[in-house]
Amino acid sequence: MSGAGLDPKTAPTFPMAAKAMMGDVQLRKNVRHATDVIQEKRARVVSEMPDWQELREAGKQIRRHTMEHLDFYLEEFEANCTRAGGVVHWARDAEEARRIVIGLVKASGSDEVIKIKSMTTEEIQLNSALEAAGIHPYETDLAELIIQLGADRPSHIVVPALHKNREQIREIFQREMNLPELGGRPEDLADAARMFLREKFLRVKTAVSGANFLIAETGGVCVVESEGNGRMCLTLPETLITIAGIDKVLPRFQDLEVMLQLLPRSATGERMNPYNSIWTGVDGASAGDGLRDGARDGLRDGPRVFHVVLMDNARTEILADDEGRQTLNCIRCGACQNVCPVYRQTGGHAYGSVYAGPIGAILTPQLQEMHHAQSLPYASSLCGACYEVCPVKINIPEVLIHLRNKVVKQNTAGVAGLFDVEAGAMKAMALIFRSERRFRAAQRLGRIAERPLVRRDAQGEGWIGWLPGLLGGWTQARDLGEMPKETFRDWWERRGENGN
Amino acid sequence: METDLVTNSRVGVLRRVRAATGRASDGVAARVGWDGIAREYRRRGTLEREGVLALLEDRLRDYDARVFRVVGEDVGQSVAERLVERGVRRMVVPVGLPAAWMSASAAVEYVVDEGLSSEELDGVDGVMTGATLAIAETGTFVLQGVAGQGRRAATLVPDYHLCVVRAEDVVETVPEAMGRLQGTAGLATTFVSGPSATADIEMTRIKGVHGPQFLDVLLIV
Ligand code: SF4
Repeated sequence: MSGAGLDPKTAPTFPMAAKAMMGDVQLRKNVRHATDVIQEKRARVVSEMPDWQELREAGKQIRRHTMEHLDFYLEEFEANCTRAGGVVHWARDAEEARRIVIGLVKASGSDEVIKIKSMTTEEIQLNSALEAAGIHPYETDLAELIIQLGADRPSHIVVPALHKNREQIREIFQREMNLPELGGRPEDLADAARMFLREKFLRVKTAVSGANFLIAETGGVCVVESEGNGRMCLTLPETLITIAGIDKVLPRFQDLEVMLQLLPRSATGERMNPYNSIWTGVDGASAGDGLRDGARDGLRDGPRVFHVVLMDNARTEILADDEGRQTLNCIRCGACQNVCPVYRQTGGHAYGSVYAGPIGAILTPQLQEMHHAQSLPYASSLCGACYEVCPVKINIPEVLIHLRNKVVKQNTAGVAGLFDVEAGAMKAMALIFRSERRFRAAQRLGRIAERPLVRRDAQGEGWIGWLPGLLGGWTQARDLGEMPKETFRDWWERRGENGN
Repeated sequence: METDLVTNSRVGVLRRVRAATGRASDGVAARVGWDGIAREYRRRGTLEREGVLALLEDRLRDYDARVFRVVGEDVGQSVAERLVERGVRRMVVPVGLPAAWMSASAAVEYVVDEGLSSEELDGVDGVMTGATLAIAETGTFVLQGVAGQGRRAATLVPDYHLCVVRAEDVVETVPEAMGRLQGTAGLATTFVSGPSATADIEMTRIKGVHGPQFLDVLLIV
């Protein structure tokens, strides 16, 4: 039912995919409209805050501090969550995380789960793993439902279906919910989703969620959302399985005062999104609230079984890299995507990963331990807009440049200092560009020489992913468009000769 | 065997974290580091009482909630009016809701939630609760698992929520709110800012996707 996940291992490289996306006029229009609207709202609510820069600075310091003491806070979270009746699991990688979640769902006795939008579960392609294990996942966030029913892929970390407009959504709902008469107003579409999902909320006994924050001090988990689908999943089922990257920890409850100001304003341009849920363990009520036991019984609330899966999946690799580490500070607000000229032109799918835009360009290659997605650090104009909007002040351009260096180093097996292939290629290019004769000869030669190297993409465009010899440095990090069949000069001259 | 795997993963992740940071952290160092975080943002608001209340009203209305000011003894009367306007017949109330808030009206039946099933909650028209506090700057009220506020499910499934907030529980800023919540941080806590809403379809704001569609707030002054 759900579309093939975005897997950086098999995705086409960014330039190749981006080229294809640039041809999709409707998609670009949808993306531009959505990002314009969010940016405008964001700018308005951020300008209301006289202390925005101080909040950003505090946000950055809290995140940096957390990373420095991550082992302590993870253990503290585990102890407090366990004390409150939760069960904490640890997963070293995606494979292990999927295995744990599938095992827990099976133990809950359910072959269906309701899900809250979670980029972490997208990252590990949990849905297809669940289906392969005979468990059907229902996405309950409206955007994720659109993606799932349309066998599509998310294109934005906050508004995953922003590349679809209402007509496209209507078609999907008509077909998949069997509603031929469905109207086309946004309200009609939301109503259809409400009807479709309410039955599932009331029936399905197991839920899977991500987490925005894990609070070490209390063992609590915080999920931020708007529709109420999150609260439905967190509150109604008997078993709740929450999966979170180890980077999601916050030291203390009080730190939410910073994050809950930064996140909603940056993400959706709201002062506070409609619902934030914080829960600790399984009871809902707690001792020390001044209630008689009898009164407290009526307050027992939420799942009876609660699991948290703490997942590494290459985050410790990022932590170990002094310059790349700040990537882990990300609170997934998506502001950098909305503001990025490259993202706005290409949409999210071109990034070949669930994390698109500037954050995707730095996060994905690192999650892949730099072995895949090597073209992503180049998917940026380094204009710096992403750094300016980032609520926790991640210096994305700085990390991009750091990663570009890593790409070059890795591909030259660490001898870049002695023999920098890319620099060599650049020198050769400079030589060629300096003389017209040499330039023309190189073009002719290039067109003949490139033939065996060209791969065709879905649009029939030719791309070169590998060049021999000195030029190899160029294609290690990006794909080259194939050379035009005829140069402008050749065309001009031919045109002159033919007199037309 | 399975236990081995479990411990291995835990040990493995923590070992990798420590290798990455170059040391094992401890509580004392973490405390010192945390205390050193610069927090130069606004902790306290600057408005006087009336300004704070007006700000809350403005922000709630901006989020499509209706707000009414009432004096203490008139709450029951105001509740009755709201329920008539909203056409509500069956209303869920949590254990411990002040009796005076429930208007004596033959047209409304109050059902006390002593653990109603989701289906039963789906069958009522609305829910009435108090609130722990409200944040003016963001148009938010905070519900917790205590008497008078009840279970999370009760304020989620019915389509209408009537929330009664005391003026003395209204703070201006988010840090002031978190300070007050610190003592009961372990309770199930829900921040509500307006009715359920989505903007996933062409960024058009639509109310009441899965949670309550209609929200009224009574402010006791
Ligand atoms: S990098 Fe910054 S702006 Fe981008 S998603 Fe993360 S927190 Fe938001």
